[in-house]
Amino acid sequence: MRHAFKRFHLGIFAAIAALFAFAAPQAVAAQGLDRTEVLNEAAEEIEALTPGAPTDGTNVEAGAGEAAGGYVPMAPTPGKGMPTSYETDPLASMTFQDQYSQDGQYALWMHDTILLPVIVAISVFVLLLLLYVMVKFNRRSNPNPSRTTHNTAIEVIWTVVPVIILVVIAVPSITLLARQYEEPPEEAITVKAVGYQWYWGYEYPDHDVEIISNMLSQEEAVASGEGEQFQMAVDNRMVVPAGVPIRLQTTAADVIHAFAIPSLWFKQDAVPGRLNERMLTIDEPGVYYGQCSELCGALHGFMPITVEALPMEEFEAWVVEQGGTIPGAEVAADAEATEGEAAA
Amino acid sequence: MATTADNFAPAAEATHDDHHDHKPSFFARWFMSTNHKDIGSLYLMFAIVAGIIGGAMSGVMRLELAEPGIQYLWWFAGSDPADIAAAGHMWNVFITGHGLIMVFFMVMPAMIGGFGNWFVPLMIGAPDMAFPRMNNISFWLTVVGFLSLLFSLFVPGNSIGNGAGVGWTVYAPLSTTGAPGPAVDFAIFSLHLAGAGSILGATNFITTIFNMRAPGMTLHKMPLFVWSVLVTAFLLLLALPVLAAAITMLLTDRNFGTTFFDPAGGGDPVLYQHLFWFFGHPEVYIMILPGFGMISQIIATFSRKPVFGYLGMAYAMVAIGVVGFIVWAHHMYTVGLDVNTKMYFTAATMVIAVPTGVKIFSWIATMWGGSMEFKSPMVWALGFIFLFTVGGVTGVVLANGGIDDNLHDTYYVVAHFHYVLSMGAVFSMFAGFYYWFPKMSGRMHSELLSHLHFWVFFVGVNVIFFPQHFLGMNGMPRRYPDYPEAFAFWNQVSSFGYVIMAASMLIFFANLAYAFLAGKKAANNPWGEGATTLEWTLTSPPPYHQFETLPVIEDHHDYHDHRPVTA
Repeated sequence: MRHAFKRFHLGIFAAIAALFAFAAPQAVAAQGLDRTEVLNEAAEEIEALTPGAPTDGTNVEAGAGEAAGGYVPMAPTPGKGMPTSYETDPLASMTFQDQYSQDGQYALWMHDTILLPVIVAISVFVLLLLLYVMVKFNRRSNPNPSRTTHNTAIEVIWTVVPVIILVVIAVPSITLLARQYEEPPEEAITVKAVGYQWYWGYEYPDHDVEIISNMLSQEEAVASGEGEQFQMAVDNRMVVPAGVPIRLQTTAADVIHAFAIPSLWFKQDAVPGRLNERMLTIDEPGVYYGQCSELCGALHGFMPITVEALPMEEFEAWVVEQGGTIPGAEVAADAEATEGEAAA
Repeated sequence: MATTADNFAPAAEATHDDHHDHKPSFFARWFMSTNHKDIGSLYLMFAIVAGIIGGAMSGVMRLELAEPGIQYLWWFAGSDPADIAAAGHMWNVFITGHGLIMVFFMVMPAMIGGFGNWFVPLMIGAPDMAFPRMNNISFWLTVVGFLSLLFSLFVPGNSIGNGAGVGWTVYAPLSTTGAPGPAVDFAIFSLHLAGAGSILGATNFITTIFNMRAPGMTLHKMPLFVWSVLVTAFLLLLALPVLAAAITMLLTDRNFGTTFFDPAGGGDPVLYQHLFWFFGHPEVYIMILPGFGMISQIIATFSRKPVFGYLGMAYAMVAIGVVGFIVWAHHMYTVGLDVNTKMYFTAATMVIAVPTGVKIFSWIATMWGGSMEFKSPMVWALGFIFLFTVGGVTGVVLANGGIDDNLHDTYYVVAHFHYVLSMGAVFSMFAGFYYWFPKMSGRMHSELLSHLHFWVFFVGVNVIFFPQHFLGMNGMPRRYPDYPEAFAFWNQVSSFGYVIMAASMLIFFANLAYAFLAGKKAANNPWGEGATTLEWTLTSPPPYHQFETLPVIEDHHDYHDHRPVTA
């Protein structure tokens, strides 16, 4: 079929192509290339980037760390930080994932107790009105139509009542936005997520750690142990401490990507040339999955995000294992002293 | 204007009476047409063809998503089954093609080019559009634009495969450095052509409506469908040039070394999104407003009752059009906007729910106390009101910038905009089609098949799109060719719905075939006393040239009857 298409386009559209050529000088050049050659090159290029394919260089550091030390990737808890299948729990498969950040819980509360009841009520109200007029005012039950075309009172009501409903929605909505945009404190740990076609890089400028995170192939995901799902599991997770504020920065190296974790109610685009920043605090240790959420090309669907939140000591152990440094380690004694004072 | 018409109309009639219905030869009539009804028919036929192609693309997409894993895409890409990059690119080509075709080459041509061309002149009592030749070029620009888009499918998009896989939004830098092949140039050029056609069409409608209304038909006596096209034409005229500018900058970034959207040269990818959505948000109202107008005519006709709150209905559309220009960044909540910007766009977006609510309730009030008859156009209109409401309320959810942090770019958004377009706009188009088909063709369609079409389509589209809310809330991102096991069930349900929907389209085409082959001859006004607009005073189909004597709408005439007293 493809070859038929190709002949078709060469034969019939060639004239049109000539007409359009002025709009795309590059186009003509590219068409001149041998297509097989282009595709072969592409295949090689992609092979190198395809998640699961043997990756070179970039992962050596992390791999070495893994081999040397005691960090073992945490096994995900079923149903936590990931979507739920219908077979596991029909209701959970139809709504939001459980939330593991304060903002996420507030947003979920707002959706479940304000937005969802309001929109269901409005839809049902309109449906009932429609059914009522269909039964009550059809040709058989009401053969002589009225000529009423105005009723100021009702028109005012159906303008003002929606306004009131919207104001009721706006109050928590604005509150939620204000909370989401709180400035991270000075001591927040900075993690910079960089989107690439098609994988993520995580940089920890405070700790001198950089890791590259590729999706695991189906076989690897299955092999990597309990609870890992294909298209969610990655080789190197973004490891962060739980319970403390993280200054999460996103940017991209090539095209726009989006860093998203549904169970943390967090989504931030990674835009080339920009550094977006938001505070993220994960309530408890766990594994939280997400997927790239801005169309970024052929393997957009295959660059997942896995965040592993650990208690602070374990996070620091992980940093050391990655060959990083704990900021202020030289003045650790001072810090401990301060901590002691604070505790006292 | 009234004076001119009074003087000239009788004279014109006397001169031309003997060749009153003379039609040009086939080629001149259909390829060099200057007749608004013929051009309207061309637009409708074109939209049906484009709709079949765009609908088939979504069929491939639902087929692929029916089960986890990639089963079919490699076949379309002509690649090795193991090459997920080729399959992924093919997927992106399908989503891009489906989006662009449905927006620019199905809904817009059908609504504005088709029904607008056919019925705006008839409803305002004008002999034709103001600029008949420009009308012709508007149509053919759209056709050539469509060919350019189809052509793009067969030339390289990037190093991976053929076609433009950049999404209908054509975001930079994916559409610039991310897709160096000529396919994207052709896709962009396709938008230029279709956009130019639409701008010309918009000027034509504005001129026609402002200058060619029958004597006595003031703006406040125009049927609401004409109002809706007038507002739509202004939206087109103001929004499309912004799109043209944005995509021209894409072309120069791609081909001539400019860096409007490239940070390496001081540009900004987010600028493109601002420009695109400054067009893109009015665009969604461009797609739905003519539908609002049609629904108003149909509800009034089949309730045998004038539209409730006519002025409120007209100015609600104007309000939607105006506010539609100042809410664009709600499509960009996650790009890294300032908190105050996000608060503003949240508030402004929610405001749109108010005039929309006025319209929904006014339609219901029009039926209240009426004498409703459930003919085919009316059942589609009733379906429209309910499903558009469902799509509207999920829009209120998405309007909240903080809530959107989770839902942005998930299937919830896909479900939302298909409820307002695939159900809203498409239901209104079928309603309008069944309403005016007897007038356009002179033949009656089958009421039985129309009702059957409605019910099967209604079930089908709901089975397709309602589960997508669940997928989105549970976290499934949009524009994904494959998904983790957890999303399998609802995707399967959604794909099953597509089969039901496709079956309903067979009923639609069977109905068309029936009407043309065996349909009863349509009366001038098949819908009875509720149909009060001018097109029903003409024969079915109308004469090749109508209103050579302009109808005169008397000043003291009933406010809600759009016909002359003598009709």
